[in-house]
Amino acid sequence: MSKSRLRVSAAALAAALSIGLSSVASAADTIKVGILHSLSGTMAISETTLKDTMLMLIDEQNKKGGLLGKKLEPVVVDPASNWPLFAEKARELLEKDKVAAVFGCWTSVSRKSVLPVFEELDGLLFYPVQYEGEESSKNVFYTGAAPNQQAIPAVDYLMNDLGVERWVLAGTDYVYPRTTNKILEAYLKAKGVKDADIMINYTPFGHSDWQSIVSDIKKFGATGKKTAVVSTINGDANVPFYKELGNQGISSEDIPVVAFSVGEEELSGIDTKPLVGHLAAWNYFMSVDTPENEAFIDTWHDFIKDDNRVTNDPMEAHYIGFNLWVKAVEKAGSTDPDKVAEAIIGLETPNLTGGKAVMLKNHHITKPVLIGEIQDDGQFAVVWETEKEVPGDAWSDYLPGSKDIVADWTPPISCGNYNTVTKKCSGQNY
Amino acid sequence: MPVRCLSRTGLRARLIAALLLIALMPGAFADPGDFQQGAALIAENRFANLEDGVALVAASGDPKARQLLLALQGSDLYLRKSDRTLVIAAKGADGYDLTDPLTGESAGTAASKRELKRIRINNRLRSQLSAAIAGLDLSHQDPAVRLSGVNEMLANLDDDGLKLLRERIQVETDTEVREAMTTAIALGDLDSADPEVRLQSLDVLQGNLHPAVRGAIRRLIETDADPEVLKSAQRVQDSIEFKLELYSLAETLFFGLSLGSVLVLAAIGLAITFGVMGVINMAHGELIMLGAYTTYLVQQLMPGHIGLALLLAIPAAFMVSGAVGILIERGVIRFLYGRPLETLLATFGISLILQQLVRTLISPQNVPVANPDWMSGSWQINSVLSLTMNRMVIIAFCLIVFSALYLVMRKTALGLQVRAVSQNRAMARAMGVRSARVDALTFGLGSGIAGVAGVALSQLTNVGPNLGQTYIIDSFMVVVFGGVGNLWGTLVAGMSLGVVNKILEPWAGAVLAKILVLVFIILFIQKRPRGLFPQKGRAAEG
Amino acid sequence: MRSDIQTGRLQLDRGGQIFLILLAVTTLLVPILNLAVPTDSPLHVSTFTVTLLGKYLTYALLAVAVDLVWGYLGILSLGHGAFFALGGYAMGMYLMRQIGDRGVYGNPDLPDFMVFLNWHELPWFWHGFDQFWFSALMVVLVPGVLAFVFGWLTFRSRVTGVYLSIITQALTYALMLAFFRNEMGFGGNNGLTDFKDLLGFDLQSDATRIGLFIASALALAGGYLACRYLVNSKLGRVAVAIRDAESRTRFIGYRVEQVKLWIFAFSAVLAGIAGALYVPQVGIINPGEFSPLNSIEIVVWVAIGGRATLYGAVLGALLVNYGKTYLTGVMPDAWLFALGGLFVLVTLFLPQGIAGLLRRKGAAA
Repeated sequence: MSKSRLRVSAAALAAALSIGLSSVASAADTIKVGILHSLSGTMAISETTLKDTMLMLIDEQNKKGGLLGKKLEPVVVDPASNWPLFAEKARELLEKDKVAAVFGCWTSVSRKSVLPVFEELDGLLFYPVQYEGEESSKNVFYTGAAPNQQAIPAVDYLMNDLGVERWVLAGTDYVYPRTTNKILEAYLKAKGVKDADIMINYTPFGHSDWQSIVSDIKKFGATGKKTAVVSTINGDANVPFYKELGNQGISSEDIPVVAFSVGEEELSGIDTKPLVGHLAAWNYFMSVDTPENEAFIDTWHDFIKDDNRVTNDPMEAHYIGFNLWVKAVEKAGSTDPDKVAEAIIGLETPNLTGGKAVMLKNHHITKPVLIGEIQDDGQFAVVWETEKEVPGDAWSDYLPGSKDIVADWTPPISCGNYNTVTKKCSGQNY
Repeated sequence: MPVRCLSRTGLRARLIAALLLIALMPGAFADPGDFQQGAALIAENRFANLEDGVALVAASGDPKARQLLLALQGSDLYLRKSDRTLVIAAKGADGYDLTDPLTGESAGTAASKRELKRIRINNRLRSQLSAAIAGLDLSHQDPAVRLSGVNEMLANLDDDGLKLLRERIQVETDTEVREAMTTAIALGDLDSADPEVRLQSLDVLQGNLHPAVRGAIRRLIETDADPEVLKSAQRVQDSIEFKLELYSLAETLFFGLSLGSVLVLAAIGLAITFGVMGVINMAHGELIMLGAYTTYLVQQLMPGHIGLALLLAIPAAFMVSGAVGILIERGVIRFLYGRPLETLLATFGISLILQQLVRTLISPQNVPVANPDWMSGSWQINSVLSLTMNRMVIIAFCLIVFSALYLVMRKTALGLQVRAVSQNRAMARAMGVRSARVDALTFGLGSGIAGVAGVALSQLTNVGPNLGQTYIIDSFMVVVFGGVGNLWGTLVAGMSLGVVNKILEPWAGAVLAKILVLVFIILFIQKRPRGLFPQKGRAAEG
Repeated sequence: MRSDIQTGRLQLDRGGQIFLILLAVTTLLVPILNLAVPTDSPLHVSTFTVTLLGKYLTYALLAVAVDLVWGYLGILSLGHGAFFALGGYAMGMYLMRQIGDRGVYGNPDLPDFMVFLNWHELPWFWHGFDQFWFSALMVVLVPGVLAFVFGWLTFRSRVTGVYLSIITQALTYALMLAFFRNEMGFGGNNGLTDFKDLLGFDLQSDATRIGLFIASALALAGGYLACRYLVNSKLGRVAVAIRDAESRTRFIGYRVEQVKLWIFAFSAVLAGIAGALYVPQVGIINPGEFSPLNSIEIVVWVAIGGRATLYGAVLGALLVNYGKTYLTGVMPDAWLFALGGLFVLVTLFLPQGIAGLLRRKGAAA
């Protein structure tokens, strides 16, 4: 009887080992591209769209004949909004599937979780979401906005064009809002705003009961000085927040809210009537009227077979990131990560708003900053934009710890955090 | 941009001056050409020109000006693409009925919005529009419109507006409007150079809670040199502060009760499936989610009838979630009676399946559920206390659901059988109760109620695949805190947890408040290991 | 019940022995296949697999800890993830301190996230974590003491059944919310990452990974044997008596609270050790580990493997987690159906879990 049991157990062991063994069978006739976006769990709401975007871009590239004469093959995995699983899946993509590049992650913590894996196995990650900055890795390309490409221009707009004097910095309690608010606080104080005119508030993820906070904002804004809310509230919690604003009668004329995480996708989940006139700062809006954007939207609608689906900023970031990668591979004539990483710096590709995205030495890109007002059809009307593209700054000049740090991935510095005062490069894992 | 600012103030001054003239001598100096010219500028549909256009139209004194500006403010003003003329569009029987704002006459119809191009406005224009409309409102024939005009001006009072008000009060007949005007003028007089005038104004403003008044008095205390005025202002402010405290307490209580009703609604179905039947139903959250999705689908089926769809969604969600509940009970749970902990595992599996099912069949994204008008906005009691409509509806709805469920459990044959089976299954069967049927119906009832809760939650928060997970833990806390198997317990527990949370929130912050509530529950259970309202008798010795 | 326990024990020992033998074989074989066999050989085990197996083994130890209190003591803890995460955080804090001035800001005293948030000195509770012995002590003490205090309160007030389950859930939920707060000083949502080395060994080198894998295997074996010894001892018999008839046991004169308390605390310590081994292998610890759903999942592993067998818990943890790894790669859009379906089917058709199935088969043969 123990024999049969042994057999069962041996089979289980064999199965476990086979994970490792199957890595041998990697085909050489395609170039694999990893897609690392959560398809289940809390982040699936935002990330599934990006997976579809990547599939579309790869599909389009294959229609154009692929890359280096080979077809591209997407490898989709589901890290399930689970941060350790992100690291595991990243390792699987790089070590087992031997992908040439990975497009993925949304939250900062997922990026932090996979970062050591990419650095250890020398993979390439294209990260498409606006984030808090304070990072520049040899293996990561940041195609979303750094704080200087979103937050600071938005505050400038509120201050100069709307005459805002009192500020509510409301955010979800995690690293992106914390850092952005630190930067903004320093920036506002540098502009002469007093402590008493800044209110900072943090809420947990998925916060749904906004009654007290909105009531506090209302009280804060009732002093006669023009007040605005700078919101770094994370995607999902925005819907009940805006609903509560509308219901408590705070209109965009009284207290405008400028959000950094609310885009077309988030608005498509709500009735936008009460939100009309509130603002968002992004580097792309679906409503931008350019031929590139029109073509992109048409392709997207054809691919997803639904004309009501919207496009948003992180999708554009993937579009730019993918095209830059394709160009870099063509330039390098190889998908070897080191060669691609070297080739990609300085390359440029058209963005969807009529300008150009250039990959900078610090692995960030140039982006225009647009400020849009929410319309009642769920789209944004651009009310302000920068004259030209703003280069992404990895290390903020407004944080005491990082104002002396620069990132430059070209020789002689070749470092993601190089201290210009001590002339030292620290914290590198390669 | 100094140049721009200058031109803006210039425009505004011109606008107010013109309004003043109209107010004094209607039609006297207004140039009818201004209206046409302004409308033409608006028709160019560029932000920069819109401002001038609005100013011209507002100052034109044309009786149709108000309609035009209201249409622009309400995003109902369009350009007809075929001939590039301005039209006001209203949803009609088929397509849109168009009105020519210049003549006020019908301009035909448009089959779809594709034929039209909206005149887009931004925040700055919105402010300009509300000021202009408020000015026009002052001479409107309806006293209610005049009143709202005065209130609008109160919020952003400047010298020109004040002048306008002083003129209008001479001819105003309605007492309420006069009163509001007196307040506004008193507010303006706080800046008077004469201390006597300031003192008189303070008397008028005594007890007024309007934010503009509060702000003005605060500034007065900071800057005024006259001791008499200061003393009086301080007194007025103290009385205002006291009232504010009082109202803010009432507000907190309301917030607490509304959070409490959400908790009760989410938990009450669980009070049946878990509390009465002993099934640790981890899929409870997903049954709520199904209810919310049902609301979405019903609204999709009947576009244009948001309110009716919402009402119809209540029975529909009850049926859908109830049916799924019965399916779960018949398919899985009935094999697990007597093994309560294993129901946890099976239902956990079911919850994963239901979540993914929604992602696959509908969408991994959140879906939009519209709020009907009677659930938007708030009931303004005074300028500091307003109760939001949706929350009031939810509180009422929660009480209705609770009472209905309570009656079912206490007054119907099914309720009697449910209680009999849960107390002593063998005995109940011996007495002729078909326990299998009762189990299925009970579970269906609990699940159906969860679905109904989903309808309510769809009005407050995101409707997406994760909706259920956000509420499942809280639901269990409420049921356990209240005492398993006791409906009253669930009601009292939910409401008190809501209120405690909201009382803690202002000084502890949202997160810490929640942590404190959880710690409180843990400690409370030490004192009363079977919840607020413990079950008595044999059933308690589980 | 009595005969069940006795026959059970005989069988359990068999199952346990086979498990230990398999564990020993794997522990010997995997390092050889990873380090000595060339990469292109079909027998080569990649470092990816080694880390994965190491992670599974720590999960298995966690499952054993849950099985000890659930299977033998009748306490359904829906909060064991908290003890696991606390052990993990203690280890994570040590690893953070080991980074020293190699962080991105090059600050020798403060971890990066503190520099980032403008903290100027190390909070008091971070002191001592630069020493391995202190951190190792905390890995054991923090979960142990928390479980002890929590148990002392609850068992004394005779909170039982679902009430106990739900307040363990409240415990882990409250901890999760607390650790999410950036003010707490544990890195908030981002948690602790970017670890460099452990006791001077580079965490990215294959040899260190093998070392951690072996350490996990040893910890699992040790944890298993300790639990086996415990349940076979007199204390274990009393525990089973408490599980089956708490009041009766109390009336006979056993000090039920004491027994529960010590076993619960011991189980928490095991969970803490599992967490400490887990963190360096996955490279991150974050408040998500405290999530109540994670704790429920642990219970599911135990149920699938088979309650009150210990080796069943190991089997369940390995199977479910392997399934997750495999299915999230193969069928990313539909793996939850498979996993959810598995939970339902096992509960319905294998009430004793897989261990029960194996035992039945064994008995039939």
